Amino acid sequence: MLNTTKLTAAVLALAIAGPLAAQDGAPKSGGTLNVVIQPEPPSLMIGLVQNGPTQMVGGDIYESLLRYDFDLKPEGQLAESWEISEDGKTYTFKLREGVVFHDGEPFTSADVEFSMDKFLRESHSRMRTYMEHVESIETPDEYTVVFNLKQPFGPFIGIFEPGTAPMIPKHIYEGTDFANNEANNTPIGTGPFKFDEWEKGSFIHLVKNEDYYMEGKPYVDEVYYHVIPDAASRAVAYETGKVDVLPGGSVENFDVARIQAMDNTCITDKGWEYFGPLSWMWVNNDNAPLDDVNVRKAIMHGVDRQFAKDALWNGLGKVSTGPLSSSTRFYDGETPDISYDPEKAKELLESSSYDGETIRILGLPYGETWQRWAEAVKQNLSEIGMTTEIVPSDVAGWNQKVADRDYDLAFTYLYQYGDPALGVSRTYMGDNAAPGSPWNNVANYQNAETDKLFAEAALMASPEERKAAYKEIQDQIVEDVPNIWLLELGFPTIYRCDVKNPVNTAFGVNDGFRDVWLDK
Amino acid sequence: MIRFILSRLVKAVFILLAILVFNFLLIHAAPGDPAAVMAGEAGAADEKFLADLRARFGLDQPLYMQLWLYIKGAVQLDLGYSFRQQMPVVEMIGDRLPATLLLTGVAFVLSLVLGVTAGVAASARQGRWGDTLISTFALLFYATPLFWVALMATLVFSVWLEWLPGFGYSTIGAGYTGFAHVLDVAKHLVLPASTLGLFFTAIYMRMTRASMLEVSRLDFVKTARAKGLTRGVIQRRHILRNALLPVITLAGLQAGQIFGGAILTETVFAWPGIGRLMFEAINQRDYNVILGVFYISAAMVLLFNLITDVIYVIVDPRIRLTT
Repeated sequence: MLNTTKLTAAVLALAIAGPLAAQDGAPKSGGTLNVVIQPEPPSLMIGLVQNGPTQMVGGDIYESLLRYDFDLKPEGQLAESWEISEDGKTYTFKLREGVVFHDGEPFTSADVEFSMDKFLRESHSRMRTYMEHVESIETPDEYTVVFNLKQPFGPFIGIFEPGTAPMIPKHIYEGTDFANNEANNTPIGTGPFKFDEWEKGSFIHLVKNEDYYMEGKPYVDEVYYHVIPDAASRAVAYETGKVDVLPGGSVENFDVARIQAMDNTCITDKGWEYFGPLSWMWVNNDNAPLDDVNVRKAIMHGVDRQFAKDALWNGLGKVSTGPLSSSTRFYDGETPDISYDPEKAKELLESSSYDGETIRILGLPYGETWQRWAEAVKQNLSEIGMTTEIVPSDVAGWNQKVADRDYDLAFTYLYQYGDPALGVSRTYMGDNAAPGSPWNNVANYQNAETDKLFAEAALMASPEERKAAYKEIQDQIVEDVPNIWLLELGFPTIYRCDVKNPVNTAFGVNDGFRDVWLDK
Repeated sequence: MIRFILSRLVKAVFILLAILVFNFLLIHAAPGDPAAVMAGEAGAADEKFLADLRARFGLDQPLYMQLWLYIKGAVQLDLGYSFRQQMPVVEMIGDRLPATLLLTGVAFVLSLVLGVTAGVAASARQGRWGDTLISTFALLFYATPLFWVALMATLVFSVWLEWLPGFGYSTIGAGYTGFAHVLDVAKHLVLPASTLGLFFTAIYMRMTRASMLEVSRLDFVKTARAKGLTRGVIQRRHILRNALLPVITLAGLQAGQIFGGAILTETVFAWPGIGRLMFEAINQRDYNVILGVFYISAAMVLLFNLITDVIYVIVDPRIRLTT
């Protein structure tokens, strides 16, 4: 990305036309789309609740200024064009005209200001940290918004997607208690689908937004999200034709191959580029013997990740090379070698301070695959001469154990949000290590050098400079092995081939079904 | 009778209160809290976010204070607010209870009718092949785990034969009304209700059979035969009526236990009842919902026990009620 990014309407039109031109036949209107949702979201108000299912349904109802293609390049959504000043401190967005909320009120720059400055600052923990870089927001006219930053903040252009920066109707929320507003139960956005009905425990029903600003879109008349708590039943739901789309993670991995073999079934692992879900084992760097870098290196070389990918994850995903996912900006594939090498692992363990203590492995209570994975790691580690035990827990127990640092090795996976400053630095920054959250620097990795680089790289205006800084960071962190990196997870979206365009952006099904049409 | 019922109800209130306090302490002893779970699902949270959530849920208060507030609410039938769903617990349970009552009710009646009929039939053919056949089936149903039955039933009747829907409460988006809706729900009910009822069908069958055989050897049955009564009348009026008492005891127990089975059945069959609500609430540490469901289930068990006692008297007037 250049310092000054100015996209003309022509470029934009091309970007939107791209996916359409690639498909066979003209889109047809009409029909019902049936999708699995798991687990049932606590709320659809995407500005208040940020968990996966909420983002998935909320992405149909709410929109943001931009969306991002598979290479994380921005495309316009509610913004028609945008401009970043030379010094990287001023972002000017021109909004699309004639957009209305589902209740008929127009969407204007006042809604953008309200959403970013009032609502999300209050209720969205990720947004709160991003907005710290914003000095002021100006709205010179109804369709122009200007963000003035305190200093350049490279990742800023990457935060305008519905899950991070949903546009909230000012006329409904201004001056109210956001968390307890009645309107949270009947969400109102500008998106392609309107909320219709939610029968708790059964389904969520959305209907086509007839006043949507894109001519002819959305194509389908209604979307049903089916709440099916059991993974085997979700597979049955697809097999018996009750649902057409199984978003990533809906069925156990061992079911994927069987379902994939069905007639009229397509599968894609695209649509996770923005999230870049990377799995690793937290290592409790505070506790002996894991405070010894040679022990950590021994574990790193002793875990057979290719096996986990092939046997447990059905060959989906990629073996990780370090702290960044390969789809994240500034990823560097040339980091020090951490490949599977049990002989080297044994040597490292010999020369380390490890003397037979039992290492506790905390598995991730997210289903069969993760349980098996913990067992595979236990097996791997026993082969290099380590004694381990698997600690069972449920989701709430896992959260607490990790937050309290009550573990030796703990499985996890985290999203990277496209940019190391958004989704990676939080895991490795020294000042982000206090107990109390399972998502900060849980390993308690302390390295003044990388801390300094992380802090600087986020605020550099030039992408080239950022790239160099992140290269240095990645090399250093991989050298220190504060965590045991496992796989870049591949979550397959399974769908009937006559459902066209279910995945169009780096957000997959979370981006909403505005472009979906049914070829039947 | 009225006095008996009243005094039992008064006792029930105290039992419920004790259950409430016990459950409250038990649940709070488990690691993890709803704020952490919600933050976990969002994949990120800062301290302010967690603190805000805890303050909103009242989790920043000392435990005895939370307990006091809960009891104060509970006696006024206010079971609090679901942290997660942002809804009053009473409303949530009210939404889900009918589905569970329908499922467990049908399963209960089904297993009772099938079990007793099969038991009577088996006892009448004692030692012959009909008895062996029925007893073998009963043993099979008794020994097979519920989840396996559920999965196999779905596989056979839903995936292979495509006769019955494999999950859900009704056809979503079909918009059926009136009789068509009833039929639709009935179809959806077949698999979960029979799965849930199978185990108890087996128990009733075995209990009825054993009890029938035992009673049939008693003197008054011999007298009845000597009087020249028909076989059918002796079976129905003399033997069955007496043989039913232990079955009623069990049925009373089942009525309480069936909620436990419903958790699994409701989850596998995506049945929108309170069993599932409870299971999800436990995973999410949604304390008020868990307590609310426990509270309602406990009340149900007490109620069913009371009903069982009253039925005893109706079936066998020799039994006296003492408080």
